[in-house]
Amino acid sequence: MGQGISQIVVYTVVLLALSYPLGTYMAWVYSDRFRAPSWVAAPERGFLRLVGAGTSEQDWKSYAKTALGFMAVFALLLYLLLRLQGHLPLNPDGMKGVLPDISMNTTASFITNTNWQYYGGEFTMSYLSQMAGLAVQNFVSAALGMAVLAAVIRGFARRSRRELGNFWVDLYRSLVYILLPLSLIVGAILISQGVVQTLSGHATAHTLEGATQTIARGPAASQIAIKQLGTNGGGFFNSNSAVPFENPTGFTNFLEAICILLIPAAQVFMFGRMIALRRQALPLLGAMLAMFLIGVAILLPAEQHGSQVLRASGVNITQGDGQSGGNMSDKEVRFGIANTALWATATTNASNGSVNGGHDALTATGGAVPIVNMFTGEVIFGGVGSGLYGMFFYVIIAVFVAGLMVGRTPEYLGKKIEAREIKLAAVGALFVPTMVLVLTAVSVVTGHGLQSIFNPGAHGFSEALYAYDSQSNNNGSAFAGYGATDFSALVGTVALWLGRFVPLIAALAIGGSLAQKRVSPPSAGTFRTDGVTFGVLIVGVIILTAGLMIFPALSLGPIVEALS
Amino acid sequence: MTRVLRGSVIAVALCTIVFGLAYPLLMTGFAQAFFSGKADGSLIRLNGQIVGSRLVAQGFTSAKYFHPRPSATSPAYNAGATTFANLGPTNPDLAKAVRQRVRAILSLERPYNPGLTIGQIPVDAVTTSGSGIDPEISAANAQLQAARVASVRGVPKQQVLKLIGKYTDARSLGFLGEPGVNVLELNLALDREAPS
Repeated sequence: MGQGISQIVVYTVVLLALSYPLGTYMAWVYSDRFRAPSWVAAPERGFLRLVGAGTSEQDWKSYAKTALGFMAVFALLLYLLLRLQGHLPLNPDGMKGVLPDISMNTTASFITNTNWQYYGGEFTMSYLSQMAGLAVQNFVSAALGMAVLAAVIRGFARRSRRELGNFWVDLYRSLVYILLPLSLIVGAILISQGVVQTLSGHATAHTLEGATQTIARGPAASQIAIKQLGTNGGGFFNSNSAVPFENPTGFTNFLEAICILLIPAAQVFMFGRMIALRRQALPLLGAMLAMFLIGVAILLPAEQHGSQVLRASGVNITQGDGQSGGNMSDKEVRFGIANTALWATATTNASNGSVNGGHDALTATGGAVPIVNMFTGEVIFGGVGSGLYGMFFYVIIAVFVAGLMVGRTPEYLGKKIEAREIKLAAVGALFVPTMVLVLTAVSVVTGHGLQSIFNPGAHGFSEALYAYDSQSNNNGSAFAGYGATDFSALVGTVALWLGRFVPLIAALAIGGSLAQKRVSPPSAGTFRTDGVTFGVLIVGVIILTAGLMIFPALSLGPIVEALS
Repeated sequence: MTRVLRGSVIAVALCTIVFGLAYPLLMTGFAQAFFSGKADGSLIRLNGQIVGSRLVAQGFTSAKYFHPRPSATSPAYNAGATTFANLGPTNPDLAKAVRQRVRAILSLERPYNPGLTIGQIPVDAVTTSGSGIDPEISAANAQLQAARVASVRGVPKQQVLKLIGKYTDARSLGFLGEPGVNVLELNLALDREAPS
């Protein structure tokens, strides 16, 4: 396991080394100090004029309305595009229009930055749908989350003001100054390593044994770059990042895995810069890093130990002597155990959801890690934007708990945290986990819901739990045996929309509320929020809220299975 | 609100043009200009005909070839519809499938590896890959099959082992990922250097 652990250590170090400068850059991009050269600034001014935005700033309600209106228009367009793709160009393999319930679920899935897939890319989507429909949303849904985060952070930074920023400015800057350049770089590297990028239809091969093999391909690299960077995760191909055309080598796997957590990690550093109190970001970073490493530390040995079936079968699952061993079910040789375990942790820490191996085939203990990661509300680094604004809910609850313990009015960054913020944070932190449990319960007690389950016994329950955990938290990975029915597509759609809107609006409302407050200077009695103690407290709060809520469900699924 | 909607429609149109068309087309242009072989799917041609891709497993059942890992796609090694098997860690169907694969391997390889036991079969030989088209097998899996291939082709096992070494993709940069043997490239090399 030593080789695997060293790869994970290198991963962590490289991630931090890259996200720090990126965070500094992003803080600058969103600030008033940002000055672009004129050839860069001109298109931005043109864009703002065209959308009729001006540059005047908006209060939180106006900001939220603009964001939601923009999402609604895009949702309508994407739905129509999917339904009508059979009549539209760039369809060399002759795909038919996508079915209504799948279109509805897929639309919600991509607008909300989830990329849950009730379809298989290479046999459902035309190239136009992949490019103009899904890949666009990979950019836009990510940028929307990033814009909202920038606005919320301004709420922490500002004093006695109502405005949080201009949605269109933040959206444009997220898209054009952050996501686009990174995607171009990553996409070009992926292409050089063997990821496909072509407009030709499938290739037909005549195999050495005389069979005919149809090889699906397409403009994949451009989409994969942004799907990883924007915590989207929707595969160009059905088996997602396990498919060699998406992820051909150990190096592409490393790069893509870095991209999964890059922007979310950079946003923590960005937060420190934007509030001009860099030390305040450290407890958040520490809490995230600790929970990430705990996840890997559970998942990796569980997979290396192997599943019950494989251990009982008597085949050689020992690592070494020319194999990585362990639970190789639904895993690729070039990634082995360590890199699949690392990916499974990272992709469910972030709300990415791309997979480089099948999660349904993970061991019971290993499979519990993604379920818990997602259930925290995707705050362990989390989705671009949504991860950190989700973390703020826990931060506020932690500050409140600390305030109760020392008997003072809770404060964060010099601002008094009052009933309104606590209520909003409670809604933000508790609404989605509650929804997960309710929808899972509905899906396992109704006949319609049970039809989606593929595996027997406790694992079947885990499939349903994973499905609503993933969709509600806008992750998008799956215990992929869980199947699409009209019922599951509809319930999933509800989970997707509410899982995006409720925390997003709650976070903006908190930002709006904090922006209006004055800042009081720290005194001897102020609870310090820039040290190790606060980091530990955040982890404790997450375990107490999300951990205790998920535990009964875990004991019905993964825990029963692990013991069987 | 109408102002928001009007702005949204324009923004949607602009985003679709820039990120949905210009960006992927630019990347496609770059790919086709500089890396067209890779961007088109790393296809392998033999006598002018496409025989496969170095990144896509294809079915091999003949004893003279190395065999890829099991595949859950329908039919197996369907590179037009990749999929996981999605069988959970305690699923009886998984146990059954593994047992069948073990039996098949024992009956295929034992004549060439006397005394072969279940405990010597590497796990990747009896488990489906993630993509269903994993182009590689572990070195242990290749070594298990080497005796059979050498014997059927009537060449020394040493020569086959050397070819295995040659078509083993090492870890990227020496430490990223896991090594694996590319089955299609290895079989093509065997047909070239040790035709049967």
